[in-house]
Amino acid sequence: MLDVAQSDALLDIRNVSKIYGDPEAGLVALNDFSLQIPRDRAEIVTIAGESGSGKSTLANLVLGFTRPTKGTITFDGLDVGSAGAAQMRSYHRQVQAVFQDPFGSYNPFYRVQHVFDMVTKNFGLAENKVQAREMMEDALNAVGLTGDDVLRKYPHQLSGGQRQRIMMARAYMVKPKLIVADEPVSMVDASLRASILDVMMKLRDEAGISFLYITHDLSTAYQIGDKILLFYQGTLAEEGNATDVIANPKHPYVQLLIDSVPKPDPADRWKGEIELPAEEELRTARAKGCRFVPRCPHARPACSDALPPLYPVGPNGHRASCILYAPE
Amino acid sequence: MSDPVLKVRNLSVFYATPTGDVRATEEASFDLHPGETLGLVGESGSGKTTATSGILRMVSSPGRIVSGSVELDGVDLLKLSDEEMRRMRWTKLALIPQGAMNSLNPTMKISAQISDVIETHTGQPATRERVLELFQMVGLPERIYGMYPHELSGGMKQRVCIAMAIALNPSVIIADEATSALDVVVQRVVAQTMAKVRDALGVSMIMIGHDMGLMAQMVDRVAVMYAGRIVEIATVADMFARPAHPYSQILIDSVPSLTERQPLRITGGITHDPRNPPEGCIFQLRCPYAQEVCRQPQEMREIRPGQEVACIRAEELEREDA
Repeated sequence: MLDVAQSDALLDIRNVSKIYGDPEAGLVALNDFSLQIPRDRAEIVTIAGESGSGKSTLANLVLGFTRPTKGTITFDGLDVGSAGAAQMRSYHRQVQAVFQDPFGSYNPFYRVQHVFDMVTKNFGLAENKVQAREMMEDALNAVGLTGDDVLRKYPHQLSGGQRQRIMMARAYMVKPKLIVADEPVSMVDASLRASILDVMMKLRDEAGISFLYITHDLSTAYQIGDKILLFYQGTLAEEGNATDVIANPKHPYVQLLIDSVPKPDPADRWKGEIELPAEEELRTARAKGCRFVPRCPHARPACSDALPPLYPVGPNGHRASCILYAPE
Repeated sequence: MSDPVLKVRNLSVFYATPTGDVRATEEASFDLHPGETLGLVGESGSGKTTATSGILRMVSSPGRIVSGSVELDGVDLLKLSDEEMRRMRWTKLALIPQGAMNSLNPTMKISAQISDVIETHTGQPATRERVLELFQMVGLPERIYGMYPHELSGGMKQRVCIAMAIALNPSVIIADEATSALDVVVQRVVAQTMAKVRDALGVSMIMIGHDMGLMAQMVDRVAVMYAGRIVEIATVADMFARPAHPYSQILIDSVPSLTERQPLRITGGITHDPRNPPEGCIFQLRCPYAQEVCRQPQEMREIRPGQEVACIRAEELEREDA
């Protein structure tokens, strides 16, 4: 993305497209996307957008669950798109995942200990039980829990917040360089989200783990994110530092998105009504031009001709894919 | 102020477990006025959904309504026969359930499902005109008349559920987390639809949720629940300007700002065993200001007109938020 040479990047995504179905006529879930996460400093990179924007497709690509139709994903020199099973196993020691549903990630019949036993066994993390127990304790401490608190419990005895922190601890135990966190807080109570976000910041700052933080919640991205990338219908609409982009959004879609976050102030309520156009008009993922045209208040004929490149719109690599910002 | 359309008094709903009753909702009392929207807010397990199941008499075993009264237009719902109560649902009291969009029957056309509600309660099948009129009120296009739920987006399915809720002109609609699974822009459209329908029909609404941001945008008054108890009720303006209960303050603080980076305010969840709540204040185990006096039972008391709080130290702890 920003001036990071290829060799410096830990994760290097180059011109990746993912098309489901026929490559010529199928569904473009992700369109010609590039991103580099640097090796020398850990970052929380937020991927945001609504349902169908391509953010989970990106997560699945980076985790190696699905392969790119075009382009390459390289991690520490490994081509993730063509890696074999053995390579993927060692890849997953470096790239771990935390998923959305803190209920579905557990087998309700097993105690929490089982989650850690499985990861220890699958990755051969410990030589013996004592060492395994120490590693579990260490990982749980990193997320603000202790083994005595939770290991003997069943999932239903824990809150959603605790369950997600345990999932973070499980990922951390593998000592990865990158954690893909796909909506880790969206099913957790608003008041308990901070505890999970705090763990992410701690793992970044103290353990040097980078995050690909996938979310539709912009306020948490603003609070903890370093970079943010906003997707619309498979295309990158805007990118930059999280604070720059959210304080000063440029793409009309991003402006609408940020204006729609409910503000905790009864004196500052939503103004004006917004309408959503008909469903089929919104399915623009195959369009040649800007995908946001059917909803955009600034749309003009040129917008439908070609997808606008990312024009610079502010400091620190703040760029937006909108012809409003084309140089004269 | 006019007489409340719904008067809930000392409503308690418990769930039986082998080791004692879980006090999911205890001694809940509040009024809902005509045309008003009341927000019922609290974290998972605070009893907000259970309280509304009590109001609708939809508590199923091992749960039971232990005590209280629920007066709708002067009639105590808890005293009605099952058949009388069944007639009240949808016609007087409608529910938009949690995850409503997944409550639609995947094998039935949208129009048939709406018509089903109408026919069950009036004996007459709905006319096409009536269904289309409902579509229009919630901003749905005519062309979905013959479609199935899987052909619609989440926001549209949610609006179908709103259309069903208003189909029989109820006086009260209970919306349980009606927008929480939606994208922010769609959430705004659905919230807008609910507000429009409410104003057009003059219906009263109870909105359940855990997002104080959405409450600030949508409701007239807020009731905050913690571990089965209502701990504060106030107008939305007072709640945000002068939250009196320490837990209300925590909930408001938990909404991350979009204008200023702040240190994260971390709180845990409900900590006590719901079968065995602490003596006295329900929040004392998590309260940063708990003292000896908090071991006494905390009754709801009015600290200014329209603002009630269950905290003995409310006056000294009250905070002026700008």
